[in-house]
Amino acid sequence: MTRDERPLGAVPAFVWGALTIALAAQIAWRAAQAPSAPQAAELPLAPSAQALRLASFGEPNALARVMMLYLQAFDSGATNAQPYRQLDYARLVGWLEAILALDPRSEYPLFAAARVYADIGDPGKARTMLDFVYRQFFADPDHRWQWLAHAALLAKHRLHDLPLARRYAAAIDRNTRSPDVPLWARQMEIFILEDMNELEAARIMLGGLLASGQIRDPAEARFLAERLKALEERIQREPGR
Amino acid sequence: MPAAILARLALLEARRGGLAWLALLALMLGVALAGFLSQLALTESRMLQAAVVAALLRVAAVFLLAGQVVASVRREVDDKRLELFLSLPFSRSTQYLARLGGFVVLGALFAILFAVPTLLWAPPLAVACWAVSLACELALVAAAALFFAMTLAQLVPALAATIALYLLARSISAMQAIAAGPLAPDNVLQELARHALSALALLLPALDRITRTDWLLYGAPDGASFLRGVAGALLYVVLLAAAGLFDFQRRAA
Repeated sequence: MTRDERPLGAVPAFVWGALTIALAAQIAWRAAQAPSAPQAAELPLAPSAQALRLASFGEPNALARVMMLYLQAFDSGATNAQPYRQLDYARLVGWLEAILALDPRSEYPLFAAARVYADIGDPGKARTMLDFVYRQFFADPDHRWQWLAHAALLAKHRLHDLPLARRYAAAIDRNTRSPDVPLWARQMEIFILEDMNELEAARIMLGGLLASGQIRDPAEARFLAERLKALEERIQREPGR
Repeated sequence: MPAAILARLALLEARRGGLAWLALLALMLGVALAGFLSQLALTESRMLQAAVVAALLRVAAVFLLAGQVVASVRREVDDKRLELFLSLPFSRSTQYLARLGGFVVLGALFAILFAVPTLLWAPPLAVACWAVSLACELALVAAAALFFAMTLAQLVPALAATIALYLLARSISAMQAIAAGPLAPDNVLQELARHALSALALLLPALDRITRTDWLLYGAPDGASFLRGVAGALLYVVLLAAAGLFDFQRRAA
C-alpha cells in the first residue's frame, strides 16, 4: 500500500499552479450551479413499473423508496408556501402507481398520496389522490385499509363529500377480512350514514353488526347498543328520515 | 496442505492490498448515506435505511471482490508467477480450486462484515439468511471473476465480463417479464426475442431470487424458497468452477 515518493519540492511550480487554478475553477463552477429543488413543471412522465424493475437490477425495495424521495422533492422547495400544488397530478399518480408496483408491500406511496398530496387544499387534485388510494386499496384491503380510512375522513371533513366518504367506508367494511382491521374502521359507514341523515340505513347496519356477534368487547358492545337506541329514538322523532 | 497454502495466499494478498480498509470505508459510506436519506423520508425511515444499506453494500461487496480476484489473477499471470506455480508438484485442479477457495472465504468474510449493520433494522434470522445468501452470491462472483481472469488475456475485458454476467443475472427475470408482458408487440420478431431471452435465462443464475432486501424489510424467507435460491447459486459456482478448470487444464502455461 506504500510507494516510494519524491519530495513535494520536486513538483514544478507550473504544475502546482495548474492544480490550484483547476481546483479553484472547479469549485467556482459548481458553486455557480447551486442545485435548487426541482420545479413542478420538471416532473417527467412516469416510467413503467417494468422499466423501473429492470433499472433496479434486482433491488426493487431500495429503488422504490429512493424513487419516493426523488418524487417528493418536486415542487417542495423550502421557500414554497404551497408545496405540491403546481404538480401535474396525472403524472404524479403514474409515478405512485409505478413505485407501488415495484414494492407492493411498501406503504410509502399510499401514505404520501393520502397524507401529503391529498392535503393541499385543491379539491380537484385531492380527489385525484383519494381516487388513487381507493383503486389501490382493492389490491390488498387487509393492509391498505388505513389509507382508505384516512381518505374517507378527508372526503368527509375537507371535501364535505359525504357520499364519497361513505363509498370509501363501505369499501373497507365489505372488503377487509383480517381480524387486525379494527371495528371502528368497519363501522365508519354507519356513522357517515348518520351524518347523511340516512338514519334507517344506519340503524339496520348497526343492528346487523350487533346481531352478528363480531363485537366481543363488552364496553364497545354497550357503546354501540346505546348508539343504536339513540338512533331509534331519533327515527321516532324524525319519522321522515 | 498445498491447497490451504494457496488459499491463504489469496487472503494474504487481499489483506496486504488494503481491501479491509476499502470494505470498512464502503460500509461507513453506505450507513452514512442511508442515515442521510432516512432524514428526508416522511415514513418507513427505518425500512429505507435497511433497504439502501443492503443494496449498496451488496453491490460494493460484489465490485470489491470481482476487482480483487481479477486484479490478483491477472497480476499473477503477467508477473509469470503462474508459470512458477505450474512448475510446482501440485495438480492443476488443486491449484485452481485452492485459489477459488481462498476467494470464496474472502467473499464470506465480506458477507459477515456487511451483514452486521443491517442488524440495526432487521431481525437476526432475516439478517442471517441475507448474510448466508450474500456469501453464496459472492462465491458465484468469485468463481466468475476467476474464470474470466484466467480465460481472457486482459484485465479490463475480464472485469467487464464478470460485471456484465452479474448484472445480466440480476435483471434477466425483469427482461423476461417485459418480453412476455401485454404491451409487447405480437409478431415473429418479438416471439424470437422472447425465446432468445428464455434460452439465455437457462444459462444464467437467478440472482434476483437470492440476497433479497425484502427479507430484511418484511421478514425472513420461507425455508424452501431460501434453500432453492442458495442451491441455485451454489450449482452455478460448481458450473463456473468446472468451466474454469476445463480451461485451466488446457492452458499451455
